[in-house]
Amino acid sequence: MEVLKIATAGSVDDGKSTLIGRILYDTQSLTTDKLEAIEAKSKANGFDYLDFSLATDGLVAEREQGITIDVAHIYFSSKTKSYIVADTPGHIEYTRNMVTGASTSQASIILVDARKGVIEQTYRHFFINNLLRVKDIIVAINKMDLVDFSESIYEEIKADFQEMIAKSEYKEQNITFIPVSALLGDNVVATSENTPWYSGNTLLDHLEGLEAQDVYEQSHMRFPVQMVIRPKQTHFHDFRGYAGKIYGDDLEVGDEITVLPSLTTSRVKEIYFFDQKFDKAGRGSSCTITLEDDLNISRGDMIVKNAERPNVGKQLEAKVCWMDTKELQPGTQYFLQSGSNRILAKIKGVSGVIHTDFSGEDITANSLKLNEVGNVNILMSRPLAYDSYTENKISGSFILIDAHTNTTAGVGFVK
Amino acid sequence: MELVTKDRNTIDPLEAIETHNNTATLAINPLESEAIYIFREVVAQFEKPVLLFSGGKDSITLVRLAQKAFYPSKIPFPLLHIDTGHNFPETIAFRDKLVKELGVELIVRYVQDSIDQGKVIEEKGKYASRNSLQTTTLLDALEEFKFDAAIGGARRDEEKARAKERIFSVRDDFGQWDEKNQRPELFDHLNGKISLGQNVRVFPISNWTELDVWSYIAKEKIEIPSIYFAHTRKTFVRDGMIWSADDAVYREEDEVVEERLVRFRTVGDMSCTAAVLSDAVTLEKVVEEIRASTISERGARIDDKRSEAAMEKRKQQGYF
Repeated sequence: MEVLKIATAGSVDDGKSTLIGRILYDTQSLTTDKLEAIEAKSKANGFDYLDFSLATDGLVAEREQGITIDVAHIYFSSKTKSYIVADTPGHIEYTRNMVTGASTSQASIILVDARKGVIEQTYRHFFINNLLRVKDIIVAINKMDLVDFSESIYEEIKADFQEMIAKSEYKEQNITFIPVSALLGDNVVATSENTPWYSGNTLLDHLEGLEAQDVYEQSHMRFPVQMVIRPKQTHFHDFRGYAGKIYGDDLEVGDEITVLPSLTTSRVKEIYFFDQKFDKAGRGSSCTITLEDDLNISRGDMIVKNAERPNVGKQLEAKVCWMDTKELQPGTQYFLQSGSNRILAKIKGVSGVIHTDFSGEDITANSLKLNEVGNVNILMSRPLAYDSYTENKISGSFILIDAHTNTTAGVGFVK
Repeated sequence: MELVTKDRNTIDPLEAIETHNNTATLAINPLESEAIYIFREVVAQFEKPVLLFSGGKDSITLVRLAQKAFYPSKIPFPLLHIDTGHNFPETIAFRDKLVKELGVELIVRYVQDSIDQGKVIEEKGKYASRNSLQTTTLLDALEEFKFDAAIGGARRDEEKARAKERIFSVRDDFGQWDEKNQRPELFDHLNGKISLGQNVRVFPISNWTELDVWSYIAKEKIEIPSIYFAHTRKTFVRDGMIWSADDAVYREEDEVVEERLVRFRTVGDMSCTAAVLSDAVTLEKVVEEIRASTISERGARIDDKRSEAAMEKRKQQGYF
């Protein structure tokens, strides 16, 4: 079955968790015991309606404060698809969690409160989805019940949002506007009678119509080697397989390949998946390949097709979203990890902090604080094979790991 | 009960390759592909990983995925079973057979030993369970063998606190989960760097649902313990749930034992795992039943019913 990964983003009280809860309820995805728990808790809290956010807010602190702190993963399925929803926090201090959710999603739902319209946080949410090049964006204009399902308010918000799209860098996103009431269910799963002026799909119908693909999209084939498989058993005495996941495009037996960074070449001899051999494997498959020639290949190397070589170098420029409380400072060392490749790196410089409201950048800044996005110049101790993020999402992105605390301190998108 | 066909473990690898010499394109199962990717990252990034094996369907699925990830090499880490002493006998027999077929090392550590050493105190009475006592035995075993990565079959769809779990979940010296300070996980860039004393819990089937697991078991024809299929069993009913009438399960005198046709949806400690009425005797029937079910899988786990935050509290203390 197809798997569609979606992220949700919204400000505090936009009703994000309520929307997800509503989808679960209307698609009969909530089991009786979970539903009973929600009913009991809603009653205990004194609500005269079902508080669907209780279905997703999993941590004690979240239920106490009535907000989402961490990324929660929610699962439901329709007749045609399995859905994985990354429900992310709306608070400004949890921007990093939003980036995390969007990084593994093909589509994003951005919630806008119909009473408030496009606000500063909407800019930030859209900016992140634009920066990460999430392919399908659904702008759910929520709480329509509180503005009397007014068409003019909906149109105003839509116009404001479109103004923002005009300022964005990546314009190939598919953006769809839907007027909803998560609390009452209008246009979420069932078509609303309160919005006769709206002729588009309901939220679920729209999701059903999306073609589920992996987040990495069609591009040049990239095969980062995760490990070398050498069984040293009688049957497989000379077996030397390279295990990894195929990104971007198909790989076929007989393909002429180049290994990076060594630039040695060979041809694909066999493609294994468990105990079977295949002539061809598509992007997204975790397989093991063997080559015609005995080459010195190890974890971190990248196998590509001869005609589609990426950049190889010790220096790169990237947009970095910072996720650590300790600021990113020039001169500091980090481990840069892209897929299976981890290299010691040094921050050469920060050349500006990008405003997340599309109003340009602050070129005087020379460090990055938590939740900021900036232009960063990085020097590596060994050559890395990389693409620009616009060309290839896996070989064009990386994380920065703090060399002392080992935490994931930031994520980079190669220019 | 002969319900499943011959297991792939017993097929000679070379013979298998020759007979399965396909000329087709590999069909992708995104969840399977993701799990295999995670397994390979664990082995590449950690010095001493271990797979936590309960004999339940999720850990059996993990074993099949691990076989696939490293083929034709053998699974490059041992299996660790934390034995509560309240296991279903069918599970233990199944475990020993599987380990023998795979040729992997099995380590067993007993909750009873932790009790005898006075490290934990056995719960008493009607709702007594050894489930939460497992944590101490598990942490001791991780320390004893210096395992730095423990691979588990937990899934995010099981429970609300698990929905927030990372693929690589870092634990401190005390095995504690700091839920508010988790590392962000971006794209496929899995960060397994840890400091001395820390270890990682790894969840390769995080994104699978119960139905995904069952569909996979059916498709792959994976052998599973017989208690997952409908069978006649001596049981009694308490609080609307059906319990196995075994010595390990506390029973009041007025709780009447009757034979019922039941199966189990999860295989945990006998004292906290309830059965469901079922006539599903084949994998196909089980999948059908799960698809139509309106009760969640953990709805039959009494340990989660203790309080709304039961799982979160156990996880903070090092439960997996």
